[in-house]
Amino acid sequence: MTDTTAPVLELRGLRKSFGDQEVLRGIDLAVHRHEVICVIGASGSGKSTLLKTVNLLEGIDDGQVLLQGEDISDPRVDVDATRARIGVVFQQFNLFPHMSVLDNVTLASRKVHRASRPEAEANARRLLDRIGLGDFAAAFPDRLSGGQQQRVAIVRAIASDPELLLLDEVTSALDPQLVGEVLDLVTELKQQGSTILMTTHEMHFARNVADRIVFLHRGEVVEQGAPAAVLDDPQHPALRAFLARVHAA
Amino acid sequence: MTSPAGAGTPLVTPAPSQVERERQLYRRQRGRRSVTVSVVSTLVVVVLAWIGIVNTPGWAAVQQSFFDPQVAWETLPDILLGLWLNVRILFAASIGVAVLGTLLAVVRGLRNPVFFPLRMLATGYTDLFRGLPLIIVLYLVGFGLPGLGVFPRLAPEFWGTIAIVLTYSSYVAEVLRAGMEAVHPSQRLAARSLGLSHAQTLRLVVLPQAIRKVTPALMNDFVSMQKDVGLVSILGAVDAVRSAQIAQAEQTNFTPYLVAGLLFVLISLPLIRVTDAIARKQQQREQIGGAV
Repeated sequence: MTDTTAPVLELRGLRKSFGDQEVLRGIDLAVHRHEVICVIGASGSGKSTLLKTVNLLEGIDDGQVLLQGEDISDPRVDVDATRARIGVVFQQFNLFPHMSVLDNVTLASRKVHRASRPEAEANARRLLDRIGLGDFAAAFPDRLSGGQQQRVAIVRAIASDPELLLLDEVTSALDPQLVGEVLDLVTELKQQGSTILMTTHEMHFARNVADRIVFLHRGEVVEQGAPAAVLDDPQHPALRAFLARVHAA
Repeated sequence: MTSPAGAGTPLVTPAPSQVERERQLYRRQRGRRSVTVSVVSTLVVVVLAWIGIVNTPGWAAVQQSFFDPQVAWETLPDILLGLWLNVRILFAASIGVAVLGTLLAVVRGLRNPVFFPLRMLATGYTDLFRGLPLIIVLYLVGFGLPGLGVFPRLAPEFWGTIAIVLTYSSYVAEVLRAGMEAVHPSQRLAARSLGLSHAQTLRLVVLPQAIRKVTPALMNDFVSMQKDVGLVSILGAVDAVRSAQIAQAEQTNFTPYLVAGLLFVLISLPLIRVTDAIARKQQQREQIGGAV
C-alpha cells in the first residue's frame, strides 16, 4: 500500500535481459520526493530500458519496482492504473497526430481519470497558457515545431498530476536551438516540486538541475552522487572515459 | 482567428520581376498547348472507336437489341424499384461489414499468446472468405442455411446480405489490419504510458489513425461491394438485375440490362469522386513542399 515516508520510486536488484544479452544487471536506486535524478551513460548502457521497466512498458526478469512503497512489479497489480500514476515523455514526442493539442493533453484525464471534459480542458488550457502555447490548443501537432511538440508532450504527461515523471532523452531529437525551451520547462517543473527520473546527454543541464547524477555502465550503476562530485571528480574509469568523450564532442 | 504557424507581419507581395513574368508567360503557353494536345487526341480516339463499332457487320442488330430507347424508358420504373432494394441491402451490408471487419482486424492484431486460438480462427476466416467466390458463398448461405430448417422463413435478400457481409468483411479486415500495423508502435506505447487500456488504445489511438491511412482502399472495397450487391438476384431477390432479367424476358430485348448497368454506375459515381478527392487531399498533405 501507499507509504508516504517511502521513496517515490525504489528499484531493488532490477534485472532485465533481451535474449542472452543482460541489459540491466541488478539496479538499486531510490528516487525521493521532489528529487530530480539524471541517469547518464553511453548508448546501450540500459538507460532507456531502465525507464521503460519503471513504467511497466517493459517486463523485468528479477528484482522489484516500488512506487510509494508499493511493489508494482507484482503481477497482481493493475498495470493500467499504475501507469496512470507515472508520467512519461519520449524522445520522439509521440503526440497523437489525429488529435488537437488540447485533446492530446486532456485524453488521459478524460478517459483514465474520468474527469469531465470542461474540467479537463480548463486544466489543460491553464497548463498550455503557462508554457506559452495557449493559442495552439486547437492546432494539430504537425503545425508545431519540435520544441513546441515536446513541451506539449510534457504537459500531456503532467496533466493528471503524476507521482513521478520519467523523461527519456527528451531533447535528443531536437535542433540545438530548441533544446533550451524544453530544458527550461523541466527546470520549472523541478521548482514546482515534481519528482523526476530522466535520462539525458545534456551534461550542463544535469549539472545545474539534477539533485543526483547516476552513471549507468553495462547495465549497472557504477557511480552516483551530487552533480559536482560525479562530473568533476569521477572515480570509475568507465565514467572518466565517458565524460572525456562527452566533453570532447 | 490566430494562425499557429508563421504568425507575424503580413507579407506585402511585390510586383513580379521581369524574369518571373517571362516564366509565367512561358508556363501559360505550355499549359495551353498541353490542353489542346490532350483534347484533340482524346477526340480522335473516341471518334475512331465509334466509327469502328458502327461499321461492324452486326451493328444494326446489336443496336436494336441493346440500345432501344423505347424499351429502356418502359422498363426504367421496374428497374428503379429493384435498385431501391440494392440500395437498402448496401446500407445494411455496410454496417455489417464495418462491425465484423473491425472485429476480425482487431482479433488478428491481438499479440497475447492466450488469444492464439481466436487469432487462428480469424485468420482462417479471412483466408477462407477471401478465397471463396462470392457466388458460391451466396449459394451456400442463400440455399444452405435456410435448408437447415432452424431459421424462420426469411426473404432471399436477407440471406444475400449475410453472404455479402461474410465475404466483404474478410477483405475489409485485411485492409484495416494493414492500416493498424502502419500506425507506429510508439503511438501504442504513448497511449499505454498514459494509463489507457488495450481496448482504449485501439479505439482512441490506433483505429482512428489506421482508418485514415486506408480510407482510399476502404472506399474502393465499398464501391466494389456496391456493384456486387446486384448478385443477390441469383437467390431470387427482385433487385435491379433481377428486374432487368424479367424485363428482358418479356421484351426479348437486352436493353434493360444496359439500363440496370448504367444505374449501378450512376450510384457509384459520387462515391468514386469522393474517394478520389480524399486520396488527393491525403497526397497533398503528405507532399507539402514537394513539386513531384
